[in-house]
Amino acid sequence: MSTAFEPILTRNIGIPNSEKIDVYLSTGGYTALQKALKTDRDALTQEVRASGLRGRGGAGFPAGLKWGFMPKGDQTKYVCINTDEGEPGTYKDRLIVEHDPHSIIEGAIIAAYAVNAHRAYVYIRGEFFLGVKRWIKAIDEAYRHGFLGKDILGSGFDIDLSVHRGAGAYICGEETALINSLEGKRGEPRIKPPYPASIGLWGQPTLVHNVETLANVPHIVNRGADWFKSIGTENSTGPKLFCISGHVRNRGNYELPLGTPLREIIYEHAGGMRGSKPLKAVIPGGASTPVLTAAQIDVPMDFESVAQAGSMLGTGAIIVMEEGTDMVDVARRLMRFFVHESCGKCTPCRVGTRNLSNTLERIVAGQGQAGDIELLEEICSNMIGNTFCPMGDAAVNPVLSTLKHFRHEYEHYLDHDLPMAAD
Amino acid sequence: MSEATRFRDPANQSMVLTALYIAQEQYGYLSQEALARVAERLELPISQVYSTASFYSLLRTQEKGKYHIQVCEGISCALCDGAEKLVDYLEEKLDIQPGEISPDGMFSLEVVQCLASCGTSPALRVNDELHDDLNFDKVDRLLDQLVEREEA
Repeated sequence: MSTAFEPILTRNIGIPNSEKIDVYLSTGGYTALQKALKTDRDALTQEVRASGLRGRGGAGFPAGLKWGFMPKGDQTKYVCINTDEGEPGTYKDRLIVEHDPHSIIEGAIIAAYAVNAHRAYVYIRGEFFLGVKRWIKAIDEAYRHGFLGKDILGSGFDIDLSVHRGAGAYICGEETALINSLEGKRGEPRIKPPYPASIGLWGQPTLVHNVETLANVPHIVNRGADWFKSIGTENSTGPKLFCISGHVRNRGNYELPLGTPLREIIYEHAGGMRGSKPLKAVIPGGASTPVLTAAQIDVPMDFESVAQAGSMLGTGAIIVMEEGTDMVDVARRLMRFFVHESCGKCTPCRVGTRNLSNTLERIVAGQGQAGDIELLEEICSNMIGNTFCPMGDAAVNPVLSTLKHFRHEYEHYLDHDLPMAAD
Repeated sequence: MSEATRFRDPANQSMVLTALYIAQEQYGYLSQEALARVAERLELPISQVYSTASFYSLLRTQEKGKYHIQVCEGISCALCDGAEKLVDYLEEKLDIQPGEISPDGMFSLEVVQCLASCGTSPALRVNDELHDDLNFDKVDRLLDQLVEREEA
């Protein structure tokens, strides 16, 4: 049984013209900003830390800690709003940007105030044409209402925000690659440390947050850390947008408390499977996260539980597959994505994804050879832990997890040159 | 400005992506001429401009059709009868392969990665318009509309 849950991040979505500032103001928008500007900076950071809010872009890093890492003082600092949503299966940030952009702006201004930064950037995926328009319009509205610019709301605090459009590179969702791209360079990740909080954009301390993370901030300021902690689980607090795609009846974005069981999300919220075929497998957090089997769907969707089940919460993008889905072909397709999106900086990722892809394409084309499974495993082991950014580690997940749970399908290909699903 | 300071000028450097978008709009694609113009305007070495341009998939260093059709081959599109099925269908309808332009210059085809329309897959994009929840009938109607738009 699901308990009644009042939508927080999606509360305005569905109201006509929800992207406009008048609608946002009419539902209590920008009251958190007014409150924040009268609050001590350290107290704000402490409140966010106490709320347990963790990054919603995939890594789940505690937001308050990130704020705390930013040096105090008057040096130039930056805030970046990461709108580079590109993880296959994920379409949650797009929803907020297109339908409630002011909730992100308010969260970002509060964050900028807390870390005493006066310049903020939106880095948006180049493909989000409508999102770019909505961002620009919303920022204009916020300037006209005095929420952005000099001495906002008479507080003495200055903050400028502008939109920077990316140009089609998944890797720019990684914060140091995003920073390089903002600087007009190739979007290749930088080695960490130093972390952006010490040396980020133009070498200055920089706070990078995902859209959904920032959209939580005004609610934490208004309603307090204790209220936020009452939603979700002990270590995964607050609401989460889950995007469901694939073979379910009602695909879409569902806002639910972290820790909601995967089974409930699929069968109650998304209406169950689309047809008569039973569930076979689920990717719980976007293309980079290991696949789970039908036997594992009682897992609560929070950071710890999904990790315990051998996968990752990732972005909360749930890709549901019915019986008959060819899992080797799923791995092949996901690997095409990683080949395309590997930035090329680190050899294990650049060459590894290519070799994995070639091997998987060969197997699916019916030209697999004895030893191909071992070859796949060897390539994966040469990639793990050997790259600058987490993409090299992520790219092996589709292969290793399908090998773990559906090895017989690979073996069937090698023995019969045909998918098992075709039987 | 000297060569040494040009490399370090953050203001000009950060304008590269935006300038490349503008150049692409004006020239249709990033030809050698377009890249040279961006380098000249931003006072940056052309190697640096090309380095950035060649990294990003939305920045095209090759010509495209008037209507550039990008079909998503992501997992969620593939699970719902898009991706290759849609690519194959368009290849046949337009008589071009991905990477090619139709002889009349009207259409070009490209296979792309996730368009963040996974909940309304399958999806494709025509220039800057997103079309989702597609099937073959809808694709037919879309192509007819584009041809009509052209004849009007």
